[in-house]
Amino acid sequence: MSSPVVHAHGAPQGFIRRYIFSLDHKVIGIQYYFLALFSVFLGMSLSVLMRFHMVYPDAKVSLFEKLWPTGAAGGIMTPELYLSLMTMHGTIMVFFVLTTAPQSGFGNYFLPIQIGAEDMAFPVLNMLSFWTTLLALVVMVSAFFVQGGAPLSGWTAYPPLSAVGPLSGPGEGMGQTLWVISIAIFCGASLMGAINFIATTIDLRARGMSMMRLPLTVWSWFVTAILGLLGFAVLLAAGVLLLLDRMAGTSFFLPAGLVVNDQILNHKGGSPLLWQHLFWFFGHPEVYIAILPGMGLASQLLATFSRKPIFGYRAMVYAILGIGFLGFFVWGHHMFMSGMNPYSAMAFSILTMSIGVPSAIKTFNWIGTLWGGRIRFTTAMLFALGFVSLFVSGGISGIFLGQPALDLYFHDTYFVVGHFHMIMGVAAIFGMFGGTFYWFPKMFGRMMNETLGKIHFYLTFLGVYAIFTPMHFLGIAGNPRRYADFTNFEFMNNLMPVHKFMTHAAIFTAVVQLIFVFNLFWSMRKGAKAPVNPWDSTTLEWTVSSPPPFDNFAGKHPVVNHGAYEYSVPGAAKDYIMQSDPA
Amino acid sequence: MAGSTTADIIGGRGAPPAPRDFGGGDGDSGGRGASRRASITGLLVLLAASVMFFAAFTSAFFVRRGMSNDWVDTPLPHILWVNTGVLVASSLALELARRALRAGRRAAFNRFWTGATILGALFLCGQYLAWRQLNDAGIYLATNPSSSFFFLLTCVHAVHLVGGISALGYIDVQALLLRLGPSKRTAVDVSAYFWHFLDAIWIYLMVLFFFWG
Amino acid sequence: MLLGVIVWILTVVICYFFLGHYWWFPPPISEHGQAYDAQFNATLWVTGVIFFLAQIALGYVIIRFRDKGGTAKYSHGNNMMEALWTSATALLFIGLVLAGTRIWAAVHFAEAPADALRIEVLGKQFAWSFRYPGPDGKFGRTDIKQINDQGGNSFGIDEKDPAGKDDITSASIKVPAGKPILLILKSRDVIHNFFVRELRLKQDIVPGMEIPFHFQADKIGVYEVPCSELCGLGHHQMRTTLEVMSEANFEKWKQEQAAQK
Repeated sequence: MSSPVVHAHGAPQGFIRRYIFSLDHKVIGIQYYFLALFSVFLGMSLSVLMRFHMVYPDAKVSLFEKLWPTGAAGGIMTPELYLSLMTMHGTIMVFFVLTTAPQSGFGNYFLPIQIGAEDMAFPVLNMLSFWTTLLALVVMVSAFFVQGGAPLSGWTAYPPLSAVGPLSGPGEGMGQTLWVISIAIFCGASLMGAINFIATTIDLRARGMSMMRLPLTVWSWFVTAILGLLGFAVLLAAGVLLLLDRMAGTSFFLPAGLVVNDQILNHKGGSPLLWQHLFWFFGHPEVYIAILPGMGLASQLLATFSRKPIFGYRAMVYAILGIGFLGFFVWGHHMFMSGMNPYSAMAFSILTMSIGVPSAIKTFNWIGTLWGGRIRFTTAMLFALGFVSLFVSGGISGIFLGQPALDLYFHDTYFVVGHFHMIMGVAAIFGMFGGTFYWFPKMFGRMMNETLGKIHFYLTFLGVYAIFTPMHFLGIAGNPRRYADFTNFEFMNNLMPVHKFMTHAAIFTAVVQLIFVFNLFWSMRKGAKAPVNPWDSTTLEWTVSSPPPFDNFAGKHPVVNHGAYEYSVPGAAKDYIMQSDPA
Repeated sequence: MAGSTTADIIGGRGAPPAPRDFGGGDGDSGGRGASRRASITGLLVLLAASVMFFAAFTSAFFVRRGMSNDWVDTPLPHILWVNTGVLVASSLALELARRALRAGRRAAFNRFWTGATILGALFLCGQYLAWRQLNDAGIYLATNPSSSFFFLLTCVHAVHLVGGISALGYIDVQALLLRLGPSKRTAVDVSAYFWHFLDAIWIYLMVLFFFWG
Repeated sequence: MLLGVIVWILTVVICYFFLGHYWWFPPPISEHGQAYDAQFNATLWVTGVIFFLAQIALGYVIIRFRDKGGTAKYSHGNNMMEALWTSATALLFIGLVLAGTRIWAAVHFAEAPADALRIEVLGKQFAWSFRYPGPDGKFGRTDIKQINDQGGNSFGIDEKDPAGKDDITSASIKVPAGKPILLILKSRDVIHNFFVRELRLKQDIVPGMEIPFHFQADKIGVYEVPCSELCGLGHHQMRTTLEVMSEANFEKWKQEQAAQK
């Protein structure tokens, strides 16, 4: 193999080319990470405000009035403000945190290094993808500041509520339009990202890096990219249709005979269910977009810190592929109660249960990986173990919701809220925390503080269980979700103590996150210098300096001779064999 | 190189990928890592997304058509048939151009490629005329579901086409300025494939409109 | 090690609350409700055991296999065990769905009996209306232009249609106990959802569709009906009640309503 001069132009000079409009996948990865960090704190703040309003609906807080002069006139939050907080919380968390941080953030930074490439296949596209994502975020947040405020139709934006303009409620005017536009822009950004991830994984692997030697992180980023590619294309189409219904008077989703707010609308023949089908065809794979990278990362961390190869690497790969594939055939389980054909509900239900099988395989294999290991309890490992615990807790409630018969009661109750927050919310976020503690040394050249990290982990772990477990009981008691307050119903009044407990747990957990932020920024400046391979890991990113040079491998071309997780190999000198160690 | 990708994904039995072909200067500025192989993979992936995009509209089309009683078929303006011919001709011209390039006949390449680009632009003008004809007949986007889908799908296709024409135009300018070095072969091929894909999508849309209207 | 203990404690606490039924279903008022609860309990036991075992195992490996200086076991897994737990979970999960099919079929595949009492349900931002056909057993035509909420005509019952003259409308739903009821669910603006906890039943109400939905309630009482699909800023106050009455009381109520017209 000749030695092609890849970085003929060398590292770009100047602040702007280097850090702002950078083509370097590592800088772009960090840009994505901080975009997601900003978003997660925004989204979390919104959720704390929501929880506060639910238990103290009449509280007068002058700060609210300063933030939302109309939505909280007199300092009392209105129900429509509550619903717009809820919509923005869901949207920001799903799109700008769960889709962005684990995939675009860590994926961008580490996918090329882990496969031994100098960069992504299309660096310009990569840069564009980040800047379009940022544009989408700006458009989304700007919905708060327009006439009527942010939309109130939830992150699922079901028409007719989302399609008939301000008639159906404040925020449904300009706010909802901006929401749709932002989502469309985000779809474009995600498509660009997906193209890059797929082409890079297929074509830029180092010599010897066969697919079955890929770290499971790479496998999950790769499959996630495929899900994103197919899913976001459909969401984009749905968004275009919704925008036309809103602005051009078409009737894709709007049926005849609508009388909204005493006005007769001139629409004909459209189907509200059509939106739901298109949305959930994207929306269910989106759940896996959020959780698959976390699963890959958990696998990587469990193997590394228990000093054992992954139990059933191939089964893990097949499980990722199986989840990715089946993920496209289960969208109907979001629609058991929607009025769609009840026979198709049965089909969707069986497919949904089938997807529980690869998920269960993963759980068993994780425990199998730990079994007989020599576990090192770093903060990263704690988060990975926490991930497994939350994955089980959140996954198991899916067995209830996947049965249409039981969904007859649980649909749209807090049971659902508890389920998806456990699994695609906090489990995925535990993945991100784990990734942060694991890769921070490589990204910033310094170690994070382990003591602060462990305090943060234990408090957060208890906190999220305290917030989200009671939601299941609320669901069993029949408490509907998306209610701004519960005082109108007798049975919900009886549940107020549970709500109060959850609100306090949420405020506590939110405050605890400041420890993480402090740790993050403090360690960037003051942390101990990171060695090349602080965790005795095997994958390629741990063969290069921390942080890696501009072209990742300093002009060398790594050759891969080993699988991804060769720990505790009998007879080896150390208890791990790097992927690039000689055969 | 050929076939190894699929074999590798499926079998994964340690077959190391072929040495990478860093053409140097392929694709975008700097060309970091953008090999010919990755460009073609990237194109295929883009096409997959595009297919999903049109598939989503198609399923909406059939659902909306199947459940409504307000569907009135939109009469296809006759100029669409001319447009179809123009678009197919531009694809043919592109192929002739590529053949000429492989044979080293640069002047012929320039002629055919310029011709294809102009035909592409003509198609867009023809589409505009088709929309005007429908408007003159009192048929607009929101007139009925059939016309909604007609305008939507033709517009979405036209937007794709604007991208395609930009690529063709870029290569044409490079060729006419005699800057079409061997490293731009990938760009030539990728643009041509993309154009053929748009051609195929258009024919698919014509079939859709013609039979289900 | 601390984490292992915490996982164990959490598991025990969670199981304790699930077994204690501190916040739980209201008692069922129908046969369907009882079947539902049986299916729920079966699922709860299956998942509960899996949950308990998985979390306890996690806590166990965390404690047992902490780094005590030995060497880890080098193993790439065990295909036999993979096959075993894959098929076991597949059987269990699919089995649960199939067991629940009967319940779903009774609600959605079975037609309502021909003598079922027909009631139209109208959802609108943010109130409910119910319509009974009156003695002639027929619903009058509706016309959206005649909708008048203040005048008590939320349905827009057409004045010109004689079949509509005797239609009874009500802001809450009253049904006779032990009789099959067929609801026809309609919305005139956005999607709503009709949910009665005690019936263990729920159905979206979609504008542009008329969704039939049948049930039978056996226990007399008044039950709250919360809208369960986000419908706008008043979603949380879209409340009505289902009153299950003795048949005699129900007839009396109908006559009173008819007399008021």
